[in-house]
Amino acid sequence: GPLAERRLMDVRLGELPTWLATCDLSPQGLLGGVRKAWSSYYDKYINVKRGGPAGISMLLAGYCLLSYVWNYQHISKISFLVSV
Amino acid sequence: VLHTSRPLHTTQQCLAPLPPLPEKGGEVRYGLIPEEFFQFLYPKTGVTGPYMLGTGLVLYLLSKEIYVINHETVAAACILSVIIYGVKKYGSDVAAFADKLNEEKVAKALAVKNEAIKDLETAIEQEKKEQWRVEGRNYLFDAKRNNIAMLLETNYRERLLTVYNEVKKRLDYQVAMQNLKRQKEQDHMIHWVEKNVVQSITPQQQKESIAKCILDLKALSKSAQAAV
Repeated sequence: GPLAERRLMDVRLGELPTWLATCDLSPQGLLGGVRKAWSSYYDKYINVKRGGPAGISMLLAGYCLLSYVWNYQHISKISFLVSV
Repeated sequence: VLHTSRPLHTTQQCLAPLPPLPEKGGEVRYGLIPEEFFQFLYPKTGVTGPYMLGTGLVLYLLSKEIYVINHETVAAACILSVIIYGVKKYGSDVAAFADKLNEEKVAKALAVKNEAIKDLETAIEQEKKEQWRVEGRNYLFDAKRNNIAMLLETNYRERLLTVYNEVKKRLDYQVAMQNLKRQKEQDHMIHWVEKNVVQSITPQQQKESIAKCILDLKALSKSAQAAV
């Protein structure tokens, strides 16, 4: 289909900038994108009859990763490493 | 504020009945990495590709000190091991318990639905019965008509009887009057005739009649004696 309506995984690498240009980057647009992403994740891994640990474990892993990335500056300081 | 320009219910998607939830979630390996990633790398690198990628990444991060090993690493390792041990040991029990809860909820809803269906079916049967009863209303009206006719007939006959009685009473009165009059006339006439006759009997006639009677009696006694 046309470029603007394709999902991210269906976009080829060369078309990525144009695809990014077409998508809605206003606050409402971003919020809508976040909501869609969460709902697709939720429907795939959490809102099922017999789920497993995968649903929340991926969220927790992502949270750990994100917090490490945000705190990298502070963790890598020598004063922090020596203190504990 | 209702946007009257916005059309309502234009899509085919309708909310009831909801499609059932999928049985199992998306496949995830080692609880962390979705299966799609492995499938994505399979055509180019085969089965071991993602594992090689993972090992390489880990070694790179460690060697370049992008991931610094500190006290938190030890803590994370301990916590992870405990969590994994707990999940492996009690996961199936918890899953069975949750399934049981779900089953009960579904069974309750199903029971309500069946109850409602049964009630509606009995209501339908009763409705049909009522419809069948309605067909008999002709008989009802016939019976009512018969009743009314009977009442009218009874009333008519009662009044007829009253009329007859009244007329008979009047006629009886007339008859009684006539009888009384005739009797009175008769009595009066007899009385008057007797009075006149008694008056008209002169002494002379009396003597003659008595003598005649005696002669007759003698004659009779003679013939009687002869008969005996």
